[in-house]
Amino acid sequence: MEHQLIYIVLAAVFGLYMAWGIGANDVANAMATSIGSGALTIRQALLVAAIFEFTGAVLAGGEVTSTIRRGIIDSSYVIGEPELLIYGMLAALLAAGTWLLLASRKGWPVSTTHSIVGAIVGFAVITLGIESVDWPQVGTIVASWVISPLMAGVIAFFIFNSIHWLILVRPDPLVRARRYAPLYIFVTVTLISLVTMFKGLNHVGLALSTTECYAVALAFGAVVALIGRWFVLRIPVDEKAERRFHYATVERVFGVLMVITACSMAFAHGSNDVANAIGPVAAVISIAQSGVVGQASPVSIWILLLGGAGIVIGLGTFGRHVIATVGSRITALTPTRGFSAELAAAFTIVFASGTGMPISTTHTLVGAILGVGVARGMTAIDLTVVGRIFVSWIVTIPAGAALSITFFYLLRWVLPG
Amino acid sequence: MPANRPVNSKVTEQVMGNYISKIFGASPVGPIQDHMDACYRCSKELITFFEHVINANWDKVEASRIRIVDLEHEADDLKKQLRSQLPKSLFMPVPRQDLLELLLVQDRIANRVRDVSGLVLGRRMTIPPTMQQDFLAFVSRNVDAAKKARKSIRELDELYETGFRGAEAKLVESLVQELDQIEDDTDVMQARIRTELFSIEKDLPPVDVIFLYRVIELTGEIGDMAERIGRRLEVILSH
Repeated sequence: MEHQLIYIVLAAVFGLYMAWGIGANDVANAMATSIGSGALTIRQALLVAAIFEFTGAVLAGGEVTSTIRRGIIDSSYVIGEPELLIYGMLAALLAAGTWLLLASRKGWPVSTTHSIVGAIVGFAVITLGIESVDWPQVGTIVASWVISPLMAGVIAFFIFNSIHWLILVRPDPLVRARRYAPLYIFVTVTLISLVTMFKGLNHVGLALSTTECYAVALAFGAVVALIGRWFVLRIPVDEKAERRFHYATVERVFGVLMVITACSMAFAHGSNDVANAIGPVAAVISIAQSGVVGQASPVSIWILLLGGAGIVIGLGTFGRHVIATVGSRITALTPTRGFSAELAAAFTIVFASGTGMPISTTHTLVGAILGVGVARGMTAIDLTVVGRIFVSWIVTIPAGAALSITFFYLLRWVLPG
Repeated sequence: MPANRPVNSKVTEQVMGNYISKIFGASPVGPIQDHMDACYRCSKELITFFEHVINANWDKVEASRIRIVDLEHEADDLKKQLRSQLPKSLFMPVPRQDLLELLLVQDRIANRVRDVSGLVLGRRMTIPPTMQQDFLAFVSRNVDAAKKARKSIRELDELYETGFRGAEAKLVESLVQELDQIEDDTDVMQARIRTELFSIEKDLPPVDVIFLYRVIELTGEIGDMAERIGRRLEVILSH
C-alpha cells in the first residue's frame, strides 16, 4: 500500500487532537464534582486526573478501542479497497473533533462517544452500503447508551440509601461515618480493580489467573482502605461549621471518599473515552501497516499511550480552566451525594469499558445524579437541562454521520489514493 | 474548600461543557431560611414598637415602624426571588407546592406585623394602662413563637441532608411541639387580655375599643402563623 506514512501521520495527528479535546473538555465533567465539593484543590485534581486518566486509558482502554476499531463495520465489505476504511476512519475522527469543538464553543451537551459511533456508522452506510454495518453490534452499543445511565442511576440510588441508613439517620452520624468510610473505600477499590483485571489487562500483556485477580484486588482494596482510614480518623471536628450545619464533619469524612471516587472516575473516563480518539487511529494504522483489513491483533500499547498522553496534554492546557469553572458551579453536590453518584458512574463506566461498550461518561454521571435525586438526596434538579442532555444524544448521531460523510468525500478528493 | 478559586475568563466560558453544573437548580433551602429570618426580625421589632407606644414616644414609634416596613420589604423581596427560582421543571425531594405554601405562611408573619404597627401608628392608639403589662407579655410571647419557628426552619438544611428521616426528623418534631406549646400560651394570654379589655371597655371610646380588639387579634395571628409553619414542616416530614 502506498502513502501509508501520510495516513499514519494524519491518523496520529487527528487522534491526538481528539484526545486533546477530550482531555480539555470531557474530563471536567468527571472531575468537577470532586472540586465542587471541596474534596480536592484544582492542582490536586489535575494531578489525579492526569495519573488516572492515563492509567485508565492504557490499562483498561483496550476493549472499547477494539470495538471502535473493528466492531462496527463488517470488514469483509472493504477487503478490496482498504483506503475506503482509512478515509472513513479519518473522516470520523475529523467529524467528531469538529463536533466537539463546535459543541464546546456553543455550550451544547454532546457526547464524543455518540458522535464517533454516529460518524463511523454514517460513512459506512453511505460509502460501503447498509449491509456493511454490523447492526447487531451497533444495536448492542445503542442499548448500552440506554442501559448505562439507568444502571448508574439504580446503583447510585442504592449507594446513597446505604449511606442514608447506615449513617445519616442515626443519632451518631459522625462516629458511624468514620466507621463505615474505610468499608466504602474497600468495596470501591476492590470492585474497580476486579473489573479492570478481568477485562482490560490482557492488552498490557499481563495475564493473571482468576484467583490471582481476586487476591490482588482484595489486597489492593484493603491497603487503600487502611490508608483512607488513617485520614478519616484524623479529620478534626470543626465546631464552628458544626453549629451552622450539624453534618459538616460527616461531609468532610466523605470528602476523603470523594478523593477515591475522583480517582475512579478519572480512571473510568480514561478507560472508555480514550477509544473515541484512538479507536479510529488504531484502525487506520493496522490497515496502513499491513494493507489488510480487520486484522485480529490486539490494539498495540503505544497507541493507547498516545491516547493517554493526548488526554493529559488536553488537561494541562485547557482542562484546568474548564475544571475550575465547572467545579465552582457544582457546589450542590456535597460529598455524600457526590460520592454516591461518582462511585455509581465510575463502576458502570469501568464495567462498560470491560465489556467493550463505548458509552457516554456524561450521560452515565447524569443518570447517577438522578438516582441520588430519586433517593431524595438532591435539593433541586433541573429536569429541563437533564432532558436537553439526553436529547443531545439523538441529535449527535446524525450530526456526526453527516459531518463524517462530508469529510469522507473531502478526504478522498484531497488525499492521494 | 479549594485553596485557589477558579479564574473565570471569557475563554473558559466558551470552551467548556459546563452543562453538568447546570442540572443543579438553585437550592431553595437558604432563601427560605433567609426569608424566615427576615420575618422573625420583623416580628421582634414589634416589641420595641409597643414599648414606645406605651411610653407615648411617637418619634421612636415612627422610627420603629420604618424598621418594620423595611424588614417586611426585605422579606417580600426574598419571597419574590425564591418564587422566581422555583420553576416547575425542578425535581425536588419536597414538592414545590409545599415550599411555596411554607413561604406564604412565613410571609404572613411579617405582613401581620406591618398591619398591626400601621394600624397603631395611624390611629395613634394607646394601650389602657391596666392592660399594658399583660399586653407586652402577649406580644413578646407571639415573638417567641416566631423565634421557635425560625429555629425549626434553621433545621431545614439538616432535614434535606438526612432525607427528612431519622434522628434529625425527630429533633424537628420536638421543636414543632415546643412551638405548639408557645402558641397555646399565646391563646391563653389572648383570652385573658380580651377579658381585661371587656371589663374596661365601657369606660373607653367605643371606636378605640373596636380597634384594640383588632390589634389583639392581629398580634395573636403572629403566633397562629408560627404554629402553621410547624404544620407545614410536619407535612414536609410526612412525605
